[in-house]
Amino acid sequence: MNKTLTSLVKSSGCAAKLPAKELEAVLASLPKADDPLLVGGYESNDDALAYRLGDGRLLLQTVDFFPPMFDDPYVFGQVAAANALSDVYAMGGKPAICMNIVCFPSCLPIGDLQKILQGGQSKVAECGAVIAGGHTISDPTPKYGLSVTGFVDEDKLWKNDSAQAGDLLVLTKSIGVGILMTALKAKAADEKYTNVALKQMTTLNKYAQEAVLPYEVHSATDITGFSLLGHSSEMALASGVQIILDAEAIPVLDGTAEYAIQGYNPGGLYHNRDYIHERVTLASELAQQMDDILYCPETSGGLLLSMEATAAKAFSKASGYPIIGRVEAPIEDRTLITVN
Amino acid sequence: MQIDTRGLSCPQPVIETKKVLDTKVEQATVLVDTIAAKENVSRYAKAAKYSVEVNETSDGWSLELHKL
Repeated sequence: MNKTLTSLVKSSGCAAKLPAKELEAVLASLPKADDPLLVGGYESNDDALAYRLGDGRLLLQTVDFFPPMFDDPYVFGQVAAANALSDVYAMGGKPAICMNIVCFPSCLPIGDLQKILQGGQSKVAECGAVIAGGHTISDPTPKYGLSVTGFVDEDKLWKNDSAQAGDLLVLTKSIGVGILMTALKAKAADEKYTNVALKQMTTLNKYAQEAVLPYEVHSATDITGFSLLGHSSEMALASGVQIILDAEAIPVLDGTAEYAIQGYNPGGLYHNRDYIHERVTLASELAQQMDDILYCPETSGGLLLSMEATAAKAFSKASGYPIIGRVEAPIEDRTLITVN
Repeated sequence: MQIDTRGLSCPQPVIETKKVLDTKVEQATVLVDTIAAKENVSRYAKAAKYSVEVNETSDGWSLELHKL
């Protein structure tokens, strides 16, 4: 039997992230190496690190890679690159220099590697950034991604700890990717649904970022492996606020609900729920499949933008990106997110 | 009919369960060893119109499925 990219993979995309609960315990055990040039310090839990260059600019640095969730090597390269580049856009920055990070098995045709790299390169070129080298090791499970360096002026930096009570939240991509990709892996997914998901995953957050630049953004993050609820709760915790989401306003990819009902949920969805459900209050009438979708790991997901209400409404109207919730002052109990 | 999905990662437990339920069996027992597999196989079985009874075992759960 011919081996394909995904035949060698157990968990894929951003669903392959180590469970946050396990990772957190390890990170907490390490010595803190703080540096005044590091914005937010060593313990900042943002999308990329930001380092002061001394001339008003910040260097943004991030690395992201994962195993493929489908067999087309070129599109996989595009998705992995768009996902890695997104962290710089989520900080308000512009990617400048990238390096490839590759794990590739000897049993796959070397042409697949070429296509993965070409796919990645196409997205980096679309950003106006460059790829200069990288590192490739032989590994039974293929993986690909980028280390990305970008820049942003310090006064234009978007952090995930500055959402303000009264803000509205805008989301720039639909959710449900992890479920659709699990159904695809089980050969249970309809192409008409998965093709829309692939197109969304290869779409750079560059365009959403450029569209919102004329408006003031208080806080931002991108929605990836820890799900809409996971990344929203990180923003709420870091900002010292609570977030109220409107389930009916949240854009969900077509087909996702049907596949969640049939049990095509990635394992990461349950890790996400285990990690954050105690900080989340869901409306009692919320359907089980929507409950699942809210914890679904996303890959190359959209930007979650917290903006002053008037600006958010104007931006949403101009761009078509939906307003999915609002930010309120914190409440006494531990709830970070409420979904109505 | 017993389906042993222990050691398999998602979506494999659902795929193995589907293969059997597609033959319209009256009853099946599915062994699972992760929460994800327990939840996903239960969802699949319910969607395929089977009742699901969950019992804990020494290394996971046994799901008793009966055609409704």
